[in-house]
Amino acid sequence: MTAGWELVAPRVRNALAYWGGLALLTWEVLRNTWLPRRYIPLVIAEFDGMGVRSLVVAGTAAIFTGMVFALQSSVYLSRFGADLYVGPLVGLSVLRELGPVLTAILVGGKVASGITAELGSMKVTEQIDALRAIGVNYIKRLIVPRVMAALFVFPLLTALADFIALVGGMLIAVYERRIDVYLYWNTIFYWVVIRDLVTGVGKSFFFGVIVTLIGAHNGLAMTGGTEGLGRATTATVVQVSVAVIIADFFLTKLFLLL
Amino acid sequence: MSVRAQIEQPGRRGDTGERAPGEAPRPGPGSAVSIAGVWKAFGGVPVLRDLDLEVPHGSTVTVMGGSGSGKTVLLRLTAGLIKPDRGRIRTLGVDITPLREEALLPVRRRMGFIFQGAALFDSLTVYENVAYPLREHSTLTEVETADQVHRLLARVGLEGVDAKLPAELSGGMRKRVGIARALVLGPELILYDEPTAGLDPTNARLITELVESLRADGVSETAMVVTHDLEFARSVSDQIAVLIGGRIAQVGSVAAVLDSSQPEVRAFLGGEAR
Repeated sequence: MTAGWELVAPRVRNALAYWGGLALLTWEVLRNTWLPRRYIPLVIAEFDGMGVRSLVVAGTAAIFTGMVFALQSSVYLSRFGADLYVGPLVGLSVLRELGPVLTAILVGGKVASGITAELGSMKVTEQIDALRAIGVNYIKRLIVPRVMAALFVFPLLTALADFIALVGGMLIAVYERRIDVYLYWNTIFYWVVIRDLVTGVGKSFFFGVIVTLIGAHNGLAMTGGTEGLGRATTATVVQVSVAVIIADFFLTKLFLLL
Repeated sequence: MSVRAQIEQPGRRGDTGERAPGEAPRPGPGSAVSIAGVWKAFGGVPVLRDLDLEVPHGSTVTVMGGSGSGKTVLLRLTAGLIKPDRGRIRTLGVDITPLREEALLPVRRRMGFIFQGAALFDSLTVYENVAYPLREHSTLTEVETADQVHRLLARVGLEGVDAKLPAELSGGMRKRVGIARALVLGPELILYDEPTAGLDPTNARLITELVESLRADGVSETAMVVTHDLEFARSVSDQIAVLIGGRIAQVGSVAAVLDSSQPEVRAFLGGEAR
């Protein structure tokens, strides 16, 4: 029993330290949300870094997801003569789940690992301490602009990915399964309601915050020099993926209640 | 208007001057830095043990000690970059021990910290690095900022390197940019962390001469230096404090410390300490 606890105790301690650190960082970000005007360009620069430079990743994943989903569903729906429901099936799945979750995992992994690497290397080279020594609030300067940008970028990317996935589904429905293009879109507009879009895009606000906070926390908390930086970056990608999937469950429950 | 006049003045939240029963004695207000009864441990291993030190206004105090003796820890404690486990630290008249990060920022704006590795922002050019504190904390126009930055770069002997990135500079040049950045807000106190460490003798000499001239010109009247470079310490110090075993073993004038009769100080200065 004691030996078992001794084995588990360090892991429990590490997990508590991790979650405690993440909670403290979240609190610090909330306390520092107001940004001076000179930091607004930093938020805009992050739009480019997080958003524009992630368009290819998000778009490629979205179009193939839509195509695969349309291909799979149309094969089985056709057995029941229900081909016309391919559009709504793709629409509902993409808008409510696949769009926000895939975008958050793919773009989030890229964005968060980038944040971890940047902040981690700044920590290793004492640049964060240099900012503090100059009298700069490093939370405001380095983290809040990223969180703010993520609040805009992730919903926008999700909405765009949703549309691209629907177009991907349409390509398969029309060219592979010979479903009429008007029928495809009409059934989507008939069955998919605005609430479905709001649910997915609403989740992406939370995903954006989760992704940036995990990336920032892992960068600031990293230890062990350049080797530790590599470990932290890898851990970020894994943690972002798991956190997004877990958060998705609770957010789905929440949005179903609303 | 001077740069100093245009930057925010320090807040004194938490600096009430009151003393709770059983609390450690608070450092005196007469010095630029007063450290009283400070303890600091890492992973249960004590680095500083009940350390006391004063840096009077207008003087340069050099803390000497072997590698791993806690010199840099002491400097970082003085700037509030880390917190002591016990004891009190008063920097520029403010008891920084209980202050949160936000409350420490105005105090730090009144001091300049020169890091051992320079800690320049690697994505910014030399010009941008030196201009950074001004852009953050002053209301100077870009023309005035440029004037100030160029004046300081010339002062540290680095003209014509504005557009270079830190990676394109030598170690000595990086340190000089770090000094220029630390001086740009006109600090009341300068903290030097091993300014000559890792430099060849020529560059070490250049840095020594620079620090000496900054002192002579009144640019850095009050400074706390940590180093293990005896020549450097001899050149720039009003007082030397020798840090051994987590405590200040001796503090006094350069001559007094160099002629110390204390066996542990003599062993350290003679390079015989283990």
